[in-house]
Amino acid sequence: MDLTTTYMGLKLKNPLVPSASPLSESVDSIRHLEDAGASAVVLYSLFEEQIVEESEALDHFLSYGTESFAEALSYYPEMEDYKRGPEEYLDLIREAKAAVDIPVIGSLNGVSLGGWVDYAKRIESAGADAIELNVYYLPTSIDMTGTEVEKVYVDIVKYIKKNVDIPVAVKLSPYFSAMANMAKQLSDAGADALVLFNRFYQPDFDLENLEVVPRLVLSTSYEMRLPLRWTAILYGRIASDIAITGGVHIHEDVIKGLMAGASVTMMASALLRNGPARIGETLEAVKVWMEEHEYESVEQMQGSMSQKNVAEPAAFERANYMKVLQSWQPDPSGRGFQR
Amino acid sequence: MAEIVTIDGNEAAAYVAHKTNEVIAIYPITPSSNMGEWADQWSAMGLTNIWGTIPQVVEMQSEGGASGAVHGALQTGALTTTFTASQGLLLMIPNMYKIAGELTSTVFHIAARSVAAQALSIFGDHSDVMTARATGFGMLFSGSIQEVMDNALISQAATLASRVPFLHVFDGFRSSHEVNKIFRLSDDEIRAVIDETKIREHRVRGLNPEKPVVRGTAQNPDVFFQARESVNPYYLAAAEIVQKAMDRFAEATGRQYHLFDYVGAPDAERVIVLMGSGASTADETVQYLADQGEKVGVVKVHLYRPFSVEHFLGALPKTVKVIAALDRTKEPGAAGEPLYLDLVTAIEEGYVSGAAHFDERPRMIGGRYGLSSKEFTPAMIKGLFDEMTKAQPKNHFTVGIEDDLTHTSIEYDPDFDIEPKDVVRAMFWGLGADGTVGANKNSIKIIGEETDNYAQGYFVYDSKKSGARTISHLRFGPRPINSTYLIRKANFVAVHQFGFLETYNVLDAAARGATFLLNSPYPADEVWDKMPRPIQQQIIDKNLNFYVIDGYEVAKETGMGVRINTIMQTCFFAISGVLPKDEAIAQIKKAIKKTYGKRGESVVQKNFAAVDAALDHLYQVDVPAQATSTIEVPLVVPAEAPEFVQEVTATIIKGDGDLLPVSKLPNDGSYPSATTQWEKRNVALEVPVWEEDLCIQCGKCVFVCPHACIRAKLYDGAVLENAPATFKSSDSRFKENKDWKYTIQVAVEDCTGCSLCIEVCPAKDKEQAGRKALNMGEQIPIRETERENWDFFLNEIPDVPRTDGFEFKNIKNVQLLRPLFEFSGACAGCGETPYIKLATQLFGDRMVIANATGCSSIYGGNLPTTPYCVNADGRGPAWNNSLFEDNAEFGLGFRLTIDKQNEYARELVDRLRDLIGGDLADGLLNADQSEESGIAAQRERVEQLKAALEGNNNSAALDLRGLADVLVKRSVWIVGGDGWAYDIGYGGLDHVLASGRNVNVLVLDTEVYSNTGGQSSKATSLGAVAKFAAAGKPLPKKDLGMMAVNYGNVYVAQVAMGASDVQTLKAFREAESYDGPSIIIAYTHCIAHGFDLARGLDQQELAVKSGHWPLYRFDPRLKAEGKNPFQLDSKAPTIPLSDYAYKETRYSMLVRSMPERAEMLMDEAQQFVNERWHKYEQMLKMYEPETEA
Repeated sequence: MDLTTTYMGLKLKNPLVPSASPLSESVDSIRHLEDAGASAVVLYSLFEEQIVEESEALDHFLSYGTESFAEALSYYPEMEDYKRGPEEYLDLIREAKAAVDIPVIGSLNGVSLGGWVDYAKRIESAGADAIELNVYYLPTSIDMTGTEVEKVYVDIVKYIKKNVDIPVAVKLSPYFSAMANMAKQLSDAGADALVLFNRFYQPDFDLENLEVVPRLVLSTSYEMRLPLRWTAILYGRIASDIAITGGVHIHEDVIKGLMAGASVTMMASALLRNGPARIGETLEAVKVWMEEHEYESVEQMQGSMSQKNVAEPAAFERANYMKVLQSWQPDPSGRGFQR
Repeated sequence: MAEIVTIDGNEAAAYVAHKTNEVIAIYPITPSSNMGEWADQWSAMGLTNIWGTIPQVVEMQSEGGASGAVHGALQTGALTTTFTASQGLLLMIPNMYKIAGELTSTVFHIAARSVAAQALSIFGDHSDVMTARATGFGMLFSGSIQEVMDNALISQAATLASRVPFLHVFDGFRSSHEVNKIFRLSDDEIRAVIDETKIREHRVRGLNPEKPVVRGTAQNPDVFFQARESVNPYYLAAAEIVQKAMDRFAEATGRQYHLFDYVGAPDAERVIVLMGSGASTADETVQYLADQGEKVGVVKVHLYRPFSVEHFLGALPKTVKVIAALDRTKEPGAAGEPLYLDLVTAIEEGYVSGAAHFDERPRMIGGRYGLSSKEFTPAMIKGLFDEMTKAQPKNHFTVGIEDDLTHTSIEYDPDFDIEPKDVVRAMFWGLGADGTVGANKNSIKIIGEETDNYAQGYFVYDSKKSGARTISHLRFGPRPINSTYLIRKANFVAVHQFGFLETYNVLDAAARGATFLLNSPYPADEVWDKMPRPIQQQIIDKNLNFYVIDGYEVAKETGMGVRINTIMQTCFFAISGVLPKDEAIAQIKKAIKKTYGKRGESVVQKNFAAVDAALDHLYQVDVPAQATSTIEVPLVVPAEAPEFVQEVTATIIKGDGDLLPVSKLPNDGSYPSATTQWEKRNVALEVPVWEEDLCIQCGKCVFVCPHACIRAKLYDGAVLENAPATFKSSDSRFKENKDWKYTIQVAVEDCTGCSLCIEVCPAKDKEQAGRKALNMGEQIPIRETERENWDFFLNEIPDVPRTDGFEFKNIKNVQLLRPLFEFSGACAGCGETPYIKLATQLFGDRMVIANATGCSSIYGGNLPTTPYCVNADGRGPAWNNSLFEDNAEFGLGFRLTIDKQNEYARELVDRLRDLIGGDLADGLLNADQSEESGIAAQRERVEQLKAALEGNNNSAALDLRGLADVLVKRSVWIVGGDGWAYDIGYGGLDHVLASGRNVNVLVLDTEVYSNTGGQSSKATSLGAVAKFAAAGKPLPKKDLGMMAVNYGNVYVAQVAMGASDVQTLKAFREAESYDGPSIIIAYTHCIAHGFDLARGLDQQELAVKSGHWPLYRFDPRLKAEGKNPFQLDSKAPTIPLSDYAYKETRYSMLVRSMPERAEMLMDEAQQFVNERWHKYEQMLKMYEPETEA
């Protein structure tokens, strides 16, 4: 049974990669992921905005109240140095590279173009095997057009590709008017892989205190339908590899993803919920399924259910939605629908 | 080649001390704290002394403790030093006698400071070191920053060679905090001056069981005297040894000092003698006068003890006719101040021995100058020389003040000026928050270290902690700058706050033709009309070059917030011409990189952006020929303020306190209370605005307000008839008085804008969730109307009656009690003051407060205005601050008096029963004063008693009349911070708690020495970073509360009002009502914790939820009632400790600086918290009363 796959030119021993999550915040837990069978690891994201904010907060609180009152011209001892966001992150890459044999993929969320490139270069020189651009960007301005938004993405990719030699993946959101064209633009800009899709954490309301609160909700298998569809549509039509993330929970999700055309499938929620051992269990189940269904290799199934390769390509298009609805019967009680 | 550095005196002294010692034991006290901090920091960074080993630095619990540790380290042979000042030095005196008596080599570096007398003062004079004259320590004085570094080494070399211990003395603030360009001694230079064989001898003298001796015996009348005389040879030899060390130093460095350095005309007839920083100014002035042909001179005393008569006489020119000794200290009742007496003796002995070589016997006078850093200027020195020309010059004079009481002062012409034209003199008026001082310190470094120019900086700070003003005095010039006085004629004045134009006479010191840079929200073509008329007039009269920049706009554009420092610094360089513009900008950027680099690239970049943007916004203003403004400078205090406030307080507020004559000041330190109300500081840009329709009248905002600026009243609505148009009110939601009206009123001119009230407000608009019953709004547009509303609220609406149906047992009702502590100078968002305010609301009209030195004594009692105030009857807290270390004992003293006087008064009531009537006597003697109503009734009886005694001149009746007030229950409060309660005052606190007496102790626990700038105390928690715990405190916080609980008869409560205001209120009421010792330990968020204080209450809640700060009460009364006296008021920890701790810089900075250690300490801290909680749960069971089977 050959589980190997190639993702952005990296030879991986299997198609299951833990995506960016708190599980990759320490070398110890990265080692656990490798031990559990992960074929590569995407580190948690380095957020430029957070680095800037942390620096400014540090600066603010170290300065606040100083040089104001004769008896207390400062409140803290002067430290020789502070390890701030990027150094900590780069140290983690270095330590992880020394500790594990699987490829280590750095993940970056920038703010300014300069920031994106600067940090990407530093991630490369720290030894990362590849870099995933986590373009976590919410265009809330009512004056910004879709074209402008798309240009932001494309510029970042182009600029980074020009400045680093390691493979570059782009993790993007599904909220583009022309998803397929966007994927092509990114691919043309040089993206070695597209990671479908980024899950935005949607804020929630606290009704007792009438406040907007951040609330992390882990994904379910159902959420994989969206990347599954777009992977199937894009497979074979763009030069970039594709990774599916969001909703990969069980072996069937992995298999579906590969069949749609993904080179790798990525897990986070399932690992947060069940622990790293889930990787090994899932891989084992994939193997069993492949044996039962007489598949010899991952390569064999990759893209086998893509739009290009299925019997009914239109199933991925709009008609699909109509069909689903037609498969439901009205509830005789009149209160809703029942299958 | 020696390195050139620009540093202050503290750093200079600490540098040499750290290079030449092995053990350093310290305790923080202003203005010497920084020396210990430097030493600790250098050791933490692994810097070694000249022998390649890292000195051990240890923080002790007091200066007494530090001196004990120093004595011990010396006695076992280590090279040991310490740093201190003022009361700290006084606490070291017993050990100093020992150290000197045992002929032990050591140097204590002293930033000399006033000793508290009628008041505390942190500023500089020699009253502390003069108290140590008799200890046997030598004393070497330094007058400039270079001298501080040099004499630090000379004294070290001399003590080792002579075996006489030394105080190395320099003036607090003027020298300890002045930044100047100096040569730093190299290790080789230091080695060249110190004789290493003497170090080995010092070690050999250390106690050693291999060759034991007994030192420190008890001696009897037969031998003590002789043994005391046995040290004489060492003292006789010491002066020569010091001079040799000076000579050796000169060989190594080229800088020659003498025990007494004479400067002036070789044939001087008038010579003044002084020491310390004043000698530098005298040096400068004498040279100026001598150049003009005046026969004057100055003897600068370096070695004051042992005093060498021979060397002193040798330093004087034989032509001298009048000698004036200038003492920077006061010894009331003495025949003269110390230096004067020494000089009189020296001259007399010179004549007796024949060593005096003068043409005629000189006349001796002596006087005082410069107490508490009072300015000492060339003008005063000129005035003194003029006085010395008189046939009968004043003796025992003062100079620098106007003494209209005993007429000691001598006159001088304040306009006399000697500063050379080629010295750039720049003054900067800024706010603490805008970063002005930091930028100026950088400018000095740039000019001092990157150019051939010399540079000097001195900084004057405010006495307030919120909205604090700073004035920077910078000099740059081609020669070393030894002008140890503030700039009097500036050729550059920058005003970084537009509002200062109305508050201070900022252009008073501007010289003719000077440059004036103003940070103005108005552009160049509009600014003229926005300035007060007197400012316009000065600009015209002095022909100033006037520039403006909207610094805040640039700061906003470049993400700098309110920090306009680099922007204004860039403008200074651009228009002062001190450096070529491009070079200046390059240097500013280099300094930015150095200062902020380690805080992150983004911080550096935004500062760079601010520098780049600054010059585009800088404009010169065309100054009109006429002052046209209709804006006049407002009154400093309102016309209705009391006479004392008008005459004295207002003068101090205005910055003219130096002009107040002696007769205007109280002679025993008593000041009227309730004066902050007259100082309208208007420091908040935004203030809370009340939405009466949304308010649920819970009172939480009133409860938390640190400055008592937000108040509530419940009243009969009839009074609203005369209310101002914009005065707000709503219907009462109080069950006691449903028909009344309710108002929340904000004192917008006193508010600091901390927004704690907004954060705590629970009432939200149902239609617009972001709107609360309190929201921040701009202050300026509502200032006038709200001033009127405040006046109406305060003066026309009566306070709620305290005895009529209302009980003050819940937060809602307590909000209606008038606070008798208001508008203090504490930091915006202070966590301490709400507790004090609460105590004054509940008990203020019968409170006596003993306040330990610290933040609470500074915002509680620093002039010009003080916050403790009075109610409508004129009653309020009576307050005093004794010292840092003795506060519990001081408060116990209050109790002892009250108990004794009460006992005597009761005896007198009984004795005079016939005179005052049996019923009244019984009423007075048997009064139940446990509730407000009982106290009110007793007050009425006391009035009746006084009336009954009126006109009776019988001695018992007179006594009783004088003591009658004490028959009303008094509430003794002992207030202080954790530095006092956990460290320096713990012994006394423990004793007072064990006394069983009825005192109430309030510990405002910020877990760090806040007032002196964040040094670690025993209250500092495990893992927190503080000074002297730069690597995070490795040991847990001491459990002060449980130590008190162990007594069994002490009421103990641990509270955090942000976590439970109800529990806090209960604790205060229970503590006060308990007829025995009570202690409340209050969690107090603080600026030294490093988070947004607006979130202070949330943070308190997290402290409790994480188990860092369990809430509990231990009430011995409950035990007597058969109940469990221990009540755990908070739940078991529900969040990890890190969720609380890492919201604060004091913890999170360790994650940044030492991540692994931070993780380790956080694990340990979590474990400690878990174990402590477990222990408390066990205690809960343990104290459970046994149930009968």
